[in-house]
Parts: sequence; structure tokens; C-alpha cells
Amino acid sequence: MMEIVGQTSVDFMGKRNIAFAVSSVLVFLGILAVIGILAGWANLGIDFAGGTAVQLKFDQSLGIEEARKALQTHGLGEAELQEFPQDQKLLIRVKTETTIEDEISKQIIEAFQTEFPNHGFVVDSSTSIGPTIGKKLQEDALIAIVLSLVGIILYIAVRFEFRFGVAAAIATFHDVLVVLGIYFLLDKEITLLVVTALLTLAGYSLTDTVIVFDRIRENLRRRRRETVSDIINNGINQVLSRTLVTTLTVVLVLVPLTLFGGEVLHDFSLALLLGVMVGTYSSIFVASPLLLLWPGAEGKLLSRGK
Amino acid sequence: MKKLRGRFLLLLTVTVVSCILALPSIPSLFQALPDGVKKILSHQGLSLGLDLQGGIHLVLEVEEERAVEIAVDRLRKSVEDLLAEKSIAVDGVSREGSNGISIDLQNESDADEVQTLLNDSFPSFVSQKNSGTRLEYALSSDDVERIKTSAINQALETIRNRIDQFGVAEPLIQRLGLNQIAIQLPGVEDPQRAKDLIQKTALLEFKMLHESKVALDLPPQVERGQEEKVRQEFAGKVPEEAEILFETVEEELDGSKYSIPYLVKKDAALVGDLLQDARVTIGDFNEPNVSVTFDSKGAKEFDLVTAANVGKRMAIVLDGKVYSAPTINERISGGRAVISGRFATEEANDLAVVLRAGALPAPLKTLQDLTVGPSLGKDSIEKGLRTTVIAGALVLIFMIVYYRLSGLIANMALALNLIGLLGALSGLNATLTLPGIAGIILTMGMGVDSNVLIFERIREELRAGRPVRLAVDAGFDKAFLTIVDAHVTTLITGLALFLFGTGPIKGFAVTLCLGIGINLFTAFVGTKVVFDFLNRRKLETLSI
Repeated sequence: MMEIVGQTSVDFMGKRNIAFAVSSVLVFLGILAVIGILAGWANLGIDFAGGTAVQLKFDQSLGIEEARKALQTHGLGEAELQEFPQDQKLLIRVKTETTIEDEISKQIIEAFQTEFPNHGFVVDSSTSIGPTIGKKLQEDALIAIVLSLVGIILYIAVRFEFRFGVAAAIATFHDVLVVLGIYFLLDKEITLLVVTALLTLAGYSLTDTVIVFDRIRENLRRRRRETVSDIINNGINQVLSRTLVTTLTVVLVLVPLTLFGGEVLHDFSLALLLGVMVGTYSSIFVASPLLLLWPGAEGKLLSRGK
Repeated sequence: MKKLRGRFLLLLTVTVVSCILALPSIPSLFQALPDGVKKILSHQGLSLGLDLQGGIHLVLEVEEERAVEIAVDRLRKSVEDLLAEKSIAVDGVSREGSNGISIDLQNESDADEVQTLLNDSFPSFVSQKNSGTRLEYALSSDDVERIKTSAINQALETIRNRIDQFGVAEPLIQRLGLNQIAIQLPGVEDPQRAKDLIQKTALLEFKMLHESKVALDLPPQVERGQEEKVRQEFAGKVPEEAEILFETVEEELDGSKYSIPYLVKKDAALVGDLLQDARVTIGDFNEPNVSVTFDSKGAKEFDLVTAANVGKRMAIVLDGKVYSAPTINERISGGRAVISGRFATEEANDLAVVLRAGALPAPLKTLQDLTVGPSLGKDSIEKGLRTTVIAGALVLIFMIVYYRLSGLIANMALALNLIGLLGALSGLNATLTLPGIAGIILTMGMGVDSNVLIFERIREELRAGRPVRLAVDAGFDKAFLTIVDAHVTTLITGLALFLFGTGPIKGFAVTLCLGIGINLFTAFVGTKVVFDFLNRRKLETLSI
């Protein structure tokens, strides 16, 4: 029988203060990101903010500085550039508040045609989104977020008793906020796909929490003379290997997806990858210790055993 | 053991059905099938999303207000003509706002007659104000609505016609909400050309040049980009009934580009909706032109206009741009005209297409434009396949290394999961998108989770000293609720994404939800049946 961790008896609860400190910082960043999105200074993707993105694939590599200069001479100085050197691809993004009537994608393509007549390229993709559609996508995303969070919380409420449900819900919010916070820190664009990834990980992050909570609940019913803290610790230790293995199998598919999935899926897969790992951490270090923080936790949790 | 056979049969049936459903999605295999079988399997199977096969997704908005203005402009012209016909002297008839007109009479005594005339001939105009020599009319809100509705319908119809003639396999053109049109053109080779073709208003007008001193003052040619400046410069001098339009020229000899300004009458002498046909013809210098043929009404009008203006110049204007301004040498009664304008062959072709398909009732505003070139699509499929193989291999290897024989069983369940997923997607005629592929890959990682949870439970029971068969049964039983709990929440988010996601995201949601649902079956029926089969005779040990 091959085992990753074997039988452990780590005192997870004893480390909860360190964990809470780390999580607070990360969650704070996440909240900052949410405020940024609401206030409009976060790095929203053009699908939400409106604007144009053009991706070109060149025959031979073209320096990003040259490209920037070329765009500047054509009055597109505000464009953001991103390079994918191994594929000789260049992504040009222009955020605009106006409509698409100015045909920015055409302007960008023409700028490169005139400035670099010797650099052949094909247009990989071009996306233009007007402010009305951007707003609609924002609304849709918001509805999807609210709907899934409400759905998840309702399900938790039905399946778990109240304090477990609250702890699980907080852990889920924690995971989403932490990944959002990391993206904020890395100045990554919040696109429709990233939001999709965040929602998916909200759904998935519960998997690990459910595994741990199921066991804690089971142990509470069978408890002998241990303290609540010990019961929780034991529960986590007992299911530690399966928590890690389930995470590992998902990480095993997400790493290649992040590395080789191409630029379209990169940020999406990275968010999921981070989220899955954060989700495992949070089920052990956030969701479980929260049970202890419950007012009068000792008595209430134990009374469940009768 | 009877139960075992039943479950084996169920598994076999599911596998076979999935394979059959998946067949049409694999063209090379499907083509090899006999025709009879093909007919039975006639559903389309899995199709590729725009992001994988390349193509255009457009959301356009019909500028309804403009449609109303255009309609009122035409009515205004008819009113003017009618008054002229009845010899009623007016200072002018002009459009007020988007849906009204005003008539300034020279003699107040004509007011009554004009009112009767309008009531009889233009019942859609409702009198608004009536103060001496000035009469104001407006379209009723019902009429305005009717014009807007018909503008959208006509725009849809026109776009359909144009795309039909352009030749795109499986285009999707549908109305979205009140005044939006969504267009999907998969696999288009030259996206820009297709977009130009769709969005060209294609309003063809024949406008007489305005003969006045101002026209002589216009510069003979203007540098590109300076057109607006010229317009502003002459803003005060241009008579009210005239406007400046430009012809853009690219000199073939030295490649110089410039524009020629023309002073033309605002009112078109003839409008292109009276066309019967338009086709590409080759001119004297072997250059492509577009010949238009008027219908009988148009031919008659064209005849009258040319007869009345022999010796004068007429500008052929398309979407506000002058293409040429030939002098009318003689009366033209055949109902044919030639638009010559230094076209490339392709350009002439497309122009003929849009003229044949008819003009759009109003300009279209682009709200969303997603274009994926064919190369990126191919690239994405390749990367998706490669990643699927790598990710799948990693999971398979890990499971075998970690769980040995049981890992192999889990891998079989995973394979069944993928086959089932492909079959289900194919049977539902789902569209595979790039995020959809990511969903499949993610399903592989999440799908084995179920088996991991079961195996860990079994291990635990074995450690507690239970015999193999009991340990296996207990493992499956106890893991069941945990697994359902873990999956349901993912399904909830998947559902939300499906309901409120756009194209590619929907693809992701579909694969994720289906993958997870099928996973429950493969884990609790597929894996279990193999374990039970191994357990027919009591096993002493289990390779797990």
C-alpha cells in the first residue's frame, strides 16, 4: 500500500493563529480587488470593460518596444501589449469607453501592415466589445456569481447543521477572495474566463471541506474523552491522505493545462490551479478551526453527540 | 451473482450506446460506415465552436432612430413633390426632429388645401401645430414603432440574403432582444471581408451635382484625412439644399491617394431600392465595373431624370461616398447604369452582392465582434488535444502507481467516463469550445476523485482488519454521501454558468456538469461491478 503521508498526528488546530494571520492578509487583498472592481480601477478584461483586443501571429519575432512605437505613431499609444515569445504572438489591447465604430481593430492591423511591411503576420483573433455588451456581461457574471453562491449556501444549509455550514461558506468565500487577491497582486486581467474559474473553484473547494467535515462529524458522534480541538485534529489527520490525493489528481491535470493549454486558457487554468490548492489549505486551516471559534463551541459541538 | 450480470449488461449497453452516439463526431470513422448506418445516426454530432474552427460572432444593433429619420426624409420628399405638383408655393418642407415635418407656406390661404391634401395622401402624418403659414406634422407613435419593427425585420432579411450569396456554411442569424441581431459565421476565411459585406448599408443614390459658385470654389483635390476640414471651411457657404461629398481616389500610376470634393444636391434624384439586378461587368480598359438594372418603375424615373438633365453631371453615391460623377450625355431609357470606380475584382463582386441583396434600412452599430482566425482555431485544437493526452497520462500513471490493480480499475472507469462524456455531448449535438476542452480535462482530474475517496475508505476499513469483501462494500457505502456532497456544489456552479454564460463558457459548463454526472455512474456502477467480480471468490488480499 503506497501512501503519501501515512498515519499522521499533526496539531493543525494549534497552528490556527498563523493560518488566520496569513489568510487575513490574502483575503484583505481579495476584498481590495472586489472594491477595485466595483470602483472601476481594477484590471478588468475588455469583455467587461469594453474595448478591443487583437492577437497577431508573426512569421518572425517582433520586439515589443518596436510594436509599441509603431502603435504610438498611429495614435494608439494607450494600447497594452503582451508578448507570447515562443509562438511569436503579440496581444494588443485597447480599452475604450466609446463604441466600436472607430474600428480600432482595423487601425491596429493597418498600423502593423504599414510599419512592418517585411513582417508577415496573421490575425489570430480580434475581439471588440461595446460598452452595452460589456455591461450585460458584467450583469450576467454577477447573476451567475450570486446564483451559485446562494445555491452553494443553500445546499450546505440543507446538508450540514448551521455552524458547519457557516464555516464551509466562509472557507469558500475565502478561497475565491484569495485567488482574486493574488490576481490583483499580479495585476492579471479579470476576464470572463477568470470569473468562470473562480466560480468553478468555489464549487470545487467545498469538496475538500466536505471530506474533512464529514469525518469530524462522524468523530463527534463517537467521541470519548477528547477535547473538541483533538477531535477536529484527529478528523483532519485521518482524512489527510485523501484530501491531498484528491487535490493532487486535479493538480496533475491543471499543471499541463496551465503550461501547454495555450494563451487563451492560461489565466483560467492558473486561477483554478491556485484555487484548488488554496481550497485544500482552507479546508484544513480555515474551515475546521472556525468550528472552534463558534461561541461556546466546546459544549455545543459536543452536545451533538447525544 | 445474477445481479452482477445485470450490471455488466448495463455497463456494456451504456458503453456501446456512447460509442455509437460519439461516432458522428469522428468524421474519418463515420465516413467509413455503410450508408444505411449513417442514415440511422443522422444527428450531427459534436460541432466545433467558433473559437476552435475560426469564424465570426457579431452582435449588431439596428439604429432605429436613423431608420425613422430615413423614412420621414422620404415622406418629406414626397410631400414636397406633391405640393409642387399642385403648384402650391412653399418656402420649404423640412424634417423636424426624427419623426416630424414642417411646411412653410408662402400664402396663408393655401393652408386649408394643404391640410386636406396631406390628410388624403399621407394619413400617417398627424397634424401637430397649425400657425398661419407654418404647418407641423408628426408620425404617430404607432407608425414610428411600425417603422422600427420593419427596419429590424428588413435588416435581418437583408443580412440573410447577403450571407446566402456570400456563401457561408451553416450561418446563424437571429434576432436578439428588441433591436439586436446576432450573427455567427463559422469557418470564414476572410473575416474582414465578410464583416464589410454585412455592415455596408449599401444605400445607392443618384444625386445631381449642385451648380453654383460655391462648387467652383471647392479645391480640385483634398489630402486624405482633410475631408472634415473642408466641410467645416465651407459650412456657411454651402446652400441649404446641397452638401459636400467626396470621392476617394488612389492613382494607379504613382499610388498617390487623395479625395475629390463634389457639391451635390441633398435630395437624391433616384434611390437604389428600385434596382432589379446588379452584376459585375468588364469595362473598356478591362477594369471591373458594377452594372445595375432598374426595375420598371426605376427605369421610368431614371429615364425622366436623365432626360431632364442632359449635359449635367450626376454623382453615383454609395453610403455617402461618391463613386463616380459622369456627365449625362443623353437620355437613358434602358434602365441600366454602370458604376465605375476603380474596383478590385473582389470589391466589385461584393458590391454587386450587397446591391442585389438590397440596402439596409438603417446603419448597424457593432456591439460585439469576436473574430477568430482559422490558424488560432487549429492551434487551439492541437494544444487542447496535447494537453488532454498529457494530463490524462499523468492521472493514469499516478493511479496505477498509487493504487495498483485498483488504480487500473479506476482508470478503466475514467476511460468509460470519457467515452460516456463524448457520447453524451455528441448525442446532445453540443458545441465543443476551448473552455469545453478544459472542462473535459478538469473532469478527468475531478472524476478520479470519486475513486480516490472510495479507495481511501476501503483502505481504512482494511486497516481496521475487515475482510476484503466487507471492506469494499463499506468503502463504497460510506464514501457515497461524501462524493455526492462534493459533486453537487460543483454542479450548482456549473448550472449557474450554463444559464448565464456566453458561448464558450456554456461549453465549459456543459462538459463539466455532464462529466461529473457521468462520473457518479462510472464510479458506483462501473468500478463497483469490477470489484464485485473480483470478489466472487473470497479474496484474501486486495491490491489497493
